[in-house]
Amino acid sequence: MVKKPLPYTHTEEKWIRDRYLPHQWCPGCGIGMILKAVIDGMDDLGWEPENVAFISGIGCTGRSSGYVNAHTFHTIHGRAIPVATGIKLSHPELHVVAMLGDGDGIAIGGNHFIHAAKRNIGITAIIVDNSIYGMTGGQVSPTTPENMKSTTSIYGALEPPMDPISLALGAGATFVARAATWNPVHMRQIIKKALEHDGFAIVDVKSQCPTYFGRYNGISDPVELMNWYKEHTYIMKDPSDIREGKLPLGIFRDDKSKVELSKKYRQLFEHLRKEGENNG
Amino acid sequence: MELVFGNHAAAKAAIDAGLRFYAGYPITPSSEIAEELSAELPKVGGVFIQMEDEIGSINACIGAAYADRVALTATSGPGFALMQEGLGLASMAELPVVIIDVMRGGPSTGLATLVGEGDLLMAIWGTHGDHPVIVVSPGNVKEFYIYTQKALVWAETHRIPAVVLADEVIGHSYQWVDEWPEPIKIPERTKERVLEIFENPDDYLPFATDEDGHVVPLPPIDAGIKWHMTGSAHDVDGFPTIMPEKVKRLIERLWQKVWDIRDELIDYEYLGDGDADILLMSFASMGMSAKQAYLELKEEGYKVALFRPRVLWPFPGDELADIVKKNGIKKIIIPELNAGQLMLLTKAFLADKGINVEYVGINHQYGEMISPDEIKEAVYNG
Repeated sequence: MVKKPLPYTHTEEKWIRDRYLPHQWCPGCGIGMILKAVIDGMDDLGWEPENVAFISGIGCTGRSSGYVNAHTFHTIHGRAIPVATGIKLSHPELHVVAMLGDGDGIAIGGNHFIHAAKRNIGITAIIVDNSIYGMTGGQVSPTTPENMKSTTSIYGALEPPMDPISLALGAGATFVARAATWNPVHMRQIIKKALEHDGFAIVDVKSQCPTYFGRYNGISDPVELMNWYKEHTYIMKDPSDIREGKLPLGIFRDDKSKVELSKKYRQLFEHLRKEGENNG
Repeated sequence: MELVFGNHAAAKAAIDAGLRFYAGYPITPSSEIAEELSAELPKVGGVFIQMEDEIGSINACIGAAYADRVALTATSGPGFALMQEGLGLASMAELPVVIIDVMRGGPSTGLATLVGEGDLLMAIWGTHGDHPVIVVSPGNVKEFYIYTQKALVWAETHRIPAVVLADEVIGHSYQWVDEWPEPIKIPERTKERVLEIFENPDDYLPFATDEDGHVVPLPPIDAGIKWHMTGSAHDVDGFPTIMPEKVKRLIERLWQKVWDIRDELIDYEYLGDGDADILLMSFASMGMSAKQAYLELKEEGYKVALFRPRVLWPFPGDELADIVKKNGIKKIIIPELNAGQLMLLTKAFLADKGINVEYVGINHQYGEMISPDEIKEAVYNG
């Protein structure tokens, strides 16, 4: 008999496939905190695992779906969003959550990301944004800050980082927010709101990778690294609250006025059905 | 009689079979399939979505196949190349997607509006690793209807991706169709079928096999059964593994999949009197030209036969070998709109049977069909 490593809460019993534990993430990684916030959010909202499709791509974050007790699919690099799109359009009654890495979501999957935002398809996209490609050994990522080091930027990153928030806002996402693991209470509040949103919701969660991002930049202690993120981010009062050299945390857009895409399809089907009846 | 446009026959086939999801990206010469389905699918409560690219298209189809049933996309060479990564995921996760490739001249942008048949080997081996895929090839407009439906039904039944290799001439031809065959329907996923194998829904394993060694059916997503899938090597529960014996079992089973069901799949047109010296062989629209050459040569008294495979993977090597042996074929002439891809397959499979004949290839790669006269010329020249 397999002994459970720790006592489980009711929520964990319900949502975690403990037969696959221990997980394969590094000690000190932020992903466990983020996954817990997502699971607690789903549970708080009264969702049942049977009504949730939890989709991931590749890399460290890609492995998250296997641990979640729901309809789960560990897809390929960058493609979690189009797979999730096919699921949502086929079965709109499902809550569809996609957990992505920064490379997964913004680099290789960037085109899918902006078009999902444009479509307002009902997917909650959580980006575990650790500014590094962890699973492949610590290469520079689209969100690596300029001059920071990685295994493919040992002289410091020459390119400025991509801002997933501006990208999502520009592409028309209806819920756009940023959180960070150093403030788990704030992160959980934001993730819950993103899950609740009926439309394309994206939360960019700044998360620590002590193994690569930290180690290559002289901050390999997880607590120190979380403090580094704390120094470089702030909880904004409102979206006009801009502070030089720091990333704001909070909700940048929460627009409930737009109709979610799978609902538009159902409206079209209904319209055509009535038209067919009238003509037939 | 009805005058039918090739790409519309494929769209009609999908609607008649019960398709509910199409995702695609515009590309000549396949776009009329998308245009037709964008109008027809919503009328039956089906989703048509134009994605941002072909990568998005195939992956949206994979999502729909996971949640609902077999999904369809259509494209041409450049788009098909972009879909290869997704085709691999569909093979590995054993999810049913059908890709219609209306072939055009290549490589690259090549001859965007003109016919080519250079995607045959890409259809079979385009994605990396040893993977299963069904490849069918209609030789005229009516067959475009029939084999699109067969591809959809086989894909769903056997949890395997399928490719329909049409080409520009078939896609863009208007041809008379005497009557439509009775449509075959995409089977429904049912909880009952799953519970025949797994008594307890909680014990469902998406990559387990039944007593015949076939992968188990997928449940409907709203049946209260949850499962995990991955494109990584995995055990029967769908969770990644690198254990050699588990990976070996998976990959060997996947590669064997099309061969296990070959008797159901193999399909070809064979014409001849059993005494031919020369065999004409072709696929896609070139099959029409080869057939015309065959009919005229027969009329002229030549001892010829015609072999037109409509399922190209699994390759009908056994059947072809039998025909060659029984006739006493001495020469095989293969007209095709590529450098000799069908020739390569034919040689490999017949050599495996110890058959040694003379091979003649007629190859156009510049957007023009090979006329029946040009094929006859090869016969006259001995």
